[in-house]
Amino acid sequence: MESQAPIAVQLRGAYRRGALRRMAALSGAVLVLVFLVLLDLVTGPSGMPLDEVWAALIAGPNGEDRLAATILWYLRMPQTFMGVIVGACLGLAGLQMQTILNNPLASPFTLGFSAAAGFGAALAIMYGANLPAPNYLVVPISAFLMTLLACFIVYFIARLRGATPEILVLAGIAVLFFFQSLQSLLQFMASPEVLQEIVFWLFGSLLKASWTSVLVALVVAVVCIPIMLRDVWNLTVLRLGDANAASLGISVDTLRRRSFILVALLTAAAVSFVGTIGFVGLIAPHVARSFVGEDHRFGLPMAAVAGGIIIIGASVFGKFISPNAVIPVGIITAVAGVPMLFAVIVKRSSGGMR
Amino acid sequence: MTDKALVLSDMSVTHGRAEILTDISLSLASGQIVGITGPNGAGKSTFLSAIGKQVGYGGTVQWDGEEVHLARVGYMPQHSSVRADMSVLEAVLLGRHEQLGWRIKDADINAATTVLASLGMAHLSQRQMNTLSGGQQQLVLIAQRLVRKPDLLLLDESTSALDIHHQMRVMEHLRSYVRDTGALILIAMHDLNLATRHTNGLVMLSEGRLVAHGDHENVLTMETIRKAYKIEAELLRSSEGAPIIVPLSPSVMG
Repeated sequence: MESQAPIAVQLRGAYRRGALRRMAALSGAVLVLVFLVLLDLVTGPSGMPLDEVWAALIAGPNGEDRLAATILWYLRMPQTFMGVIVGACLGLAGLQMQTILNNPLASPFTLGFSAAAGFGAALAIMYGANLPAPNYLVVPISAFLMTLLACFIVYFIARLRGATPEILVLAGIAVLFFFQSLQSLLQFMASPEVLQEIVFWLFGSLLKASWTSVLVALVVAVVCIPIMLRDVWNLTVLRLGDANAASLGISVDTLRRRSFILVALLTAAAVSFVGTIGFVGLIAPHVARSFVGEDHRFGLPMAAVAGGIIIIGASVFGKFISPNAVIPVGIITAVAGVPMLFAVIVKRSSGGMR
Repeated sequence: MTDKALVLSDMSVTHGRAEILTDISLSLASGQIVGITGPNGAGKSTFLSAIGKQVGYGGTVQWDGEEVHLARVGYMPQHSSVRADMSVLEAVLLGRHEQLGWRIKDADINAATTVLASLGMAHLSQRQMNTLSGGQQQLVLIAQRLVRKPDLLLLDESTSALDIHHQMRVMEHLRSYVRDTGALILIAMHDLNLATRHTNGLVMLSEGRLVAHGDHENVLTMETIRKAYKIEAELLRSSEGAPIIVPLSPSVMG
């Protein structure tokens, strides 16, 4: 035993240094996100100079300069914060999805959850006016319920045919097409005004954000994240394979079921208000893994921060290339997502799931 | 050392309409390594996975007078390759996932490094799992079980991909583990000669039924080998007195 002691000390040191490196990567990512958030707050179509932004921030939401207060406190701030929350939700949902499906190409988007949310939103936009509740609540609630429905369809098929990644992805594709067809049907039936509203919803855009949406999405995230964080070790063990995890006393089925519901909730929170924003849930987990590895203690926060960085980055970029007519972030992430996806594929074929 | 026992009464496992294991009753005392043998399809893996609570079963299985709790058991299923991009040390630590918090304690890291060192794998600690060979991954997964300090260890062909050196090393380590902790280790093995060399007793299964169990001499007879494997074999003795099986030819009774 004595001869092993120096090795043990050495290995412990190496392990601790690795953990520190990951903390440093996570902290660095948080700093980048904070920088982008500030950049996002000071840019916009109004072209407000920096000192005016600062003055409006100091003056608060009821500041004397009504225009500046409205722009900063009721347009830019909810949009930026919504972007961070949406990015975080999609990043977390994406990483969980890839872990529980053991599939590097899984995301809330590829498994049809976003299509379901889109159908739910379209349904509410078309028929929600007859309901007693206000439209700004009916649309997200409907989107949320459809997302949950999609989640249960995929899971039911998985229960029926075994929860292998192949079955789940096939089920996800079926759900995707199912809800997309229903959505097309609604669009076909809709009047031009309603159609326009549906299409606007489908372009994921932070312009739709308000303090209400920030609050609701934040509440969902705050409820889901602690439950998810309790599973950090279970999820990490699951990366070693189902049989291995089960033999270590993890009830893989329950973990999958719980994670599925959390993924549906987070995805719904993310897309119900701002519309479908693709590729973030696919790319953010890969970014997280390449910086901090498979340990979900670091992977989950990193995926959340990476999601925020991607969306706020896209928002800043959208304002930068088209200062007068802000391009919806959903379009930018979709365009930018394709080369990122190629990068993932190329990197993956050169070794392991990353 | 201890008087724990694994007691199986009429344990049966069915899969659909097929009966994989039929009415197996036996009692195995702790403090020994027991080899689970039998031809392909005899039900060795199912036997271990039922005890390890991975498949449902009829009858009762009791360890130390109560139902089996996975927290006290180290069950290692047959090997499937690991694609995870995590280090060997991280993977071994996951064997203690129930007690890992947000900050990993020195005690947990020490336990993991000690097990790795005793299996001769300390030098691989920082390697990524997906860069290891099948045999090396198998060693990591054995270490992952040992770091749980189980008092019942169920290993399904866990040394099948190991070279002779590591096979010896693992078996020696398991022997000293049994000596130190009084654990019971069940290990499914194809190689009967390896089994007799490294185990204290054997359980022989064939077509889902118990053929024999107990000391090597009682289990490995011409009769049982003919019955289970449908071959004729010659039984020799090694210089240490262990039986050596020399298969002759498939019997005509097939």
